[in-house]
Amino acid sequence: MAKRKERIDRGIKVRSDDIFALSSWREMLYLSSPRVLPIVIILFLAIFLSPYWQRVLLSVAVFGILSLSWDMLNQTGMISLGQSLFFGIGAYFAGTMNHYFGWHPFLTIPFAMIAGGLFCTVILMPLVRLRGIYFSMTTLILPIFFERLIEAARIFGGTEGLTGLQSLPYSWLELYLPLLFLLIVLFGFRRFMASDYGLVLKGIHDNDQSVKSSGININIYKAFVLFMASAVGCFAGAFITHVYLFVGMPVFALDYSILPIASSVVGGVGTFAGPVLGAFILVPLSEILRQFGGLRIVFYGMFLVIFIVALPDGIFPYIQRKYQQFERWVEVK
Amino acid sequence: MHNSPLLRVNNITKRFGGITAVNEITFEIKKGELLGVIGPNGSGKTTLANLITGFVKPTSGTITFHGKDIHSLPPHKRVLLGIARTFQMVKPFYQLAAYKNLIIPLCSQRVKDMEGGKYGERDDIALDLLEEVGFERDSRVAYKPASILPQGYLKRLELAKAIALFPDLIILDELFSGLSLAEVASIIPIIEKLRVQGKAIIMIEHRLKELFRIADRIIVLNFGEKIAEGNADEVMESKAVKNAYLGAETE
Ligand SMILES: Nc1ncnc2c1ncn2[C@@H]1O[C@H](COP(=O)(O)OP(=O)(O)OP(=O)(O)O)[C@@H](O)[C@H]1O
Ligand SMILES: [Mg+2]
Repeated sequence: MAKRKERIDRGIKVRSDDIFALSSWREMLYLSSPRVLPIVIILFLAIFLSPYWQRVLLSVAVFGILSLSWDMLNQTGMISLGQSLFFGIGAYFAGTMNHYFGWHPFLTIPFAMIAGGLFCTVILMPLVRLRGIYFSMTTLILPIFFERLIEAARIFGGTEGLTGLQSLPYSWLELYLPLLFLLIVLFGFRRFMASDYGLVLKGIHDNDQSVKSSGININIYKAFVLFMASAVGCFAGAFITHVYLFVGMPVFALDYSILPIASSVVGGVGTFAGPVLGAFILVPLSEILRQFGGLRIVFYGMFLVIFIVALPDGIFPYIQRKYQQFERWVEVK
Repeated sequence: MHNSPLLRVNNITKRFGGITAVNEITFEIKKGELLGVIGPNGSGKTTLANLITGFVKPTSGTITFHGKDIHSLPPHKRVLLGIARTFQMVKPFYQLAAYKNLIIPLCSQRVKDMEGGKYGERDDIALDLLEEVGFERDSRVAYKPASILPQGYLKRLELAKAIALFPDLIILDELFSGLSLAEVASIIPIIEKLRVQGKAIIMIEHRLKELFRIADRIIVLNFGEKIAEGNADEVMESKAVKNAYLGAETE
């Protein structure tokens, strides 16, 4: 007799789906803890960390933000291999405004988000017609293009970059600004994708012809998604500029493109929470592995493979399933 | 105005490289009319649907709808004017629940203009539409992801997606193919109802018996050309048709 694994919604999940959720503390807790817990952890973790690990947490936040941006594009069917474009453009918009015009970081960061977001949207819009790998390849090339442009044309400090930029006015902002932003984007994006307009985006991912024949201009939707993802990615770059007090060609480095993808794959593509969780695992892991020197990348790669083979859907969907359902083996004849 | 055609296809031609998929085809359709389009495999029926809905651009010729030249408009703009279609190869949103599939057309400007499908009501409208095309009310089918629905439901879903758009013209590309006789019999009244509502319907079909019962007029394509036009009897009698199509089919 063969056996089959059966998954059944936990009773508490079923009860909490309905208005009865309001009837007991247990149900309310069940519903609210997946939202409250990450907020509490993200906001209070820093208190218990040494300055070194606080720095790592900052890096986690930055990569988490880039991963959210990646997942937003991915959910609309655009697989970006060039998240460093957003990071770099955001960094240069903020850096140049501060360097040449003396703008305050509170002005350069929102400016970099909006202007940088628009800039990236305008460059990427002609590419959205390209399907699959063709879109991806072009996004891979764009950051390299800008890097070489800055080098060859010797603009914005050329290979030296721009130094001596203004720091954020309060040092606690260096940690809490990206963490807060991460939370806002995480819950904002999740909410948006659950809305009717989010459904349209999922539809574009599934079958764009069917969306067109539903009377929807998919270019407008794609432009909107590109802008959201670009602006969020630009934030990360603009913010870092005012932490490192420097902007230069390394902002277009491949790390900023690869790590968001790795985080998303490890954490769970298409969930937003997964990519953030992935960043929380991979960035510290990479720090811990530093002690192995040259072998670091070998161990890092091994861990990546282990994660992906063990949980191909990602860690977050696994946790979510365990939280909502239990499994039992049933016999099938 | 009352008698002017809703859609007029004028000398339309489409070439794909060396193949002429549609060759100089002209026809009209009025409000409340059901036009059947038949023809052997590869005779250009789907290409004709794609030309009318804007999924392929004509090599030459024009298309007017509501008296307006639409031959260069993109698909979504034609939907806004009132042209809806189903696909021969069903194109549901597989990862979405059946009723959520309908949220996407319900988000279109066409629906907003016609009815203002307000946020939050769309789910109810979607469930009503599914019931209209034969999803049993209060069964769980409507909530299942499209990826696990059987063909019969996917075809109905395809039809519901078109109906959701308040179309003036519906193009059904082989809606009946792959369905059982009983399923076809249950869908025919839905189509009859759409016609009574004054919608023009173009049905591309291989199921001739069922089509001939409901069609007002039929055009026959062969190698991209229109070789006959008329009611079912006239078309059946035509020599060209017998040679090209029906003759080949008598077993
Ligand atoms: N996108 C395309 N590119 C190249 N050739 C095409 C394309 N679409 C259709 N054709 C060709 O045009 C001709 C007509 O195809 P079409 O799909 O319109 O036929 P059909 O009447 O719908 O056939 P069926 O009954 O099999 O659905 C065929 O020879 C087909 O190979
Ligand atoms: Mg066809």
